[in-house]
Amino acid sequence: MNALIKFFVAMVALTAALNVFAAADLEVNTPGVNAIKQSMQARHTQLAAHYASGAVGLTADGLIALRDAGAVPLAQRQAVNALVAAENQDRNALYAEIANANGHPEWQAEIRSTFAQRWIQRAQPGWWVQGDGTWKQK
Amino acid sequence: MKKIRIVVPLMALALSACVTINIYFPAAAAEKAADKIIDEVWQTQKADKPAENQPAAKEAK
Repeated sequence: MNALIKFFVAMVALTAALNVFAAADLEVNTPGVNAIKQSMQARHTQLAAHYASGAVGLTADGLIALRDAGAVPLAQRQAVNALVAAENQDRNALYAEIANANGHPEWQAEIRSTFAQRWIQRAQPGWWVQGDGTWKQK
Repeated sequence: MKKIRIVVPLMALALSACVTINIYFPAAAAEKAADKIIDEVWQTQKADKPAENQPAAKEAK
């Protein structure tokens, strides 16, 4: 009986230790993640003005969308559409890459929703963000 | 022999607990990782104001 108790205590200690390791960190420093990050960083210098004008807003699903095409001169509209499409492609790839890099592809949806909240929370004043299906200005 | 009958199911239970723990999503770590990436993409790390590159900003003669 004593041995059984010892075994049980050891198992509890082991699972507690594993718990700490499992929940400790999320690996985001991989070549794939870094490449996407750099691409998004370069694009942001072009996108920043469109966030500020309200033409482009942050969506609730961790992407961006053309919110008010009227805020963009007709000649630039196609370029902005291309920027939005490229940014969303990068963002989708980023969420998938982080999930895969951590060996849990099924985490992708949770990573996406975490990012969605953080993008919106950290958006600058004046930018448009989506909440409950409607657009709001920060 | 009787001990084995108790220990084996216990071990199976303990092992399954390990698997369950590994599937758990580290929400706090994800939030920290997201903030780090957002800082780098938006370049908001230390600046209070956005460090936007304005090509037509310098008109000084």
